[in-house]
Amino acid sequence: MTSEHAEDHPHAAHVDRHVRAYITVFVVLMVLTLVTVWVSTLRLGLRLAVTAALGIATVKASLVAGVFMHLSTEKKLIVLGLALTLFFFLFCLLMPGVSDMLNNRL
Amino acid sequence: MSAATLIPYTVEARPDTGLNNVKIGIWLFLASEVMLFGGLFAAYILLRNGAAQWPLGASILSVPMAAANTLVLISSSVTMVMSWASLVRKDFGKFRLFMGLTVVLGLVFMVIKSTEYRAKFHHELFPRTNTFLAIYFTLTGLHALHVLGGMVVNAYLWGPGSAMWKSEPLRFTNRVEAAGLFWHFVDLVWIFLFPILYLL
Repeated sequence: MTSEHAEDHPHAAHVDRHVRAYITVFVVLMVLTLVTVWVSTLRLGLRLAVTAALGIATVKASLVAGVFMHLSTEKKLIVLGLALTLFFFLFCLLMPGVSDMLNNRL
Repeated sequence: MSAATLIPYTVEARPDTGLNNVKIGIWLFLASEVMLFGGLFAAYILLRNGAAQWPLGASILSVPMAAANTLVLISSSVTMVMSWASLVRKDFGKFRLFMGLTVVLGLVFMVIKSTEYRAKFHHELFPRTNTFLAIYFTLTGLHALHVLGGMVVNAYLWGPGSAMWKSEPLRFTNRVEAAGLFWHFVDLVWIFLFPILYLL
């Protein structure tokens, strides 16, 4: 196996650029973690608290997936596979709420 | 016949997918993991919606410990990705340093988690005590098992598994990348577990 066959293997020059992004994302994630804790002390209503906490968590998760897991530069096949998974994941998450709503109407 | 010949496309990209099998394999596995945790997150929502009363996580659990664990896991994600970047730069010494740090940070996470669990058991708070604690122990227990599994793989790659670097450096780099993807996923799950269990 020679390196010229490794078509999807990154080169050192690209990695140098990535490393700067890793450090930036690391600092942002640390700050957002502290912001999450601070927001939880504000005694917001439940709806607002859930929106804020999950909103910040989603931003943090997107940074981890996009930068650390290289999803932002990943091949379409992987992204499509994950989009399909995400659809079923959201279906799982929303099912309890939708079932509650339907029960209340009946 | 070398192992690389026996297992196809561990380094080079498949012509049909444009990806090597290591990457396809780990992403398919992570997709199944998303559904595993997705089912449990749905169970959490269902239990919480159906409960007459639901305690605020912070009234039972330790927010400072969980926040510290969040910072520890995020740090370990950075050291993990830096260990992979070191291999791409062909700096094996730095790889050993960053991978070693990742294992140590995983260990710190587990020590903090077990301290938290011990405090709960000391106060006679068990999974059977109430629904909140049942789902708390299920979610964090399953997550801790994933951390443990990741630590075992990372420790292997740091130690005996790193011998592959001399014979098949690209294949070894791909292994570290796959282990890293799993480790970042574990971090990603914790990013959601922290607010829903401890802060809401």
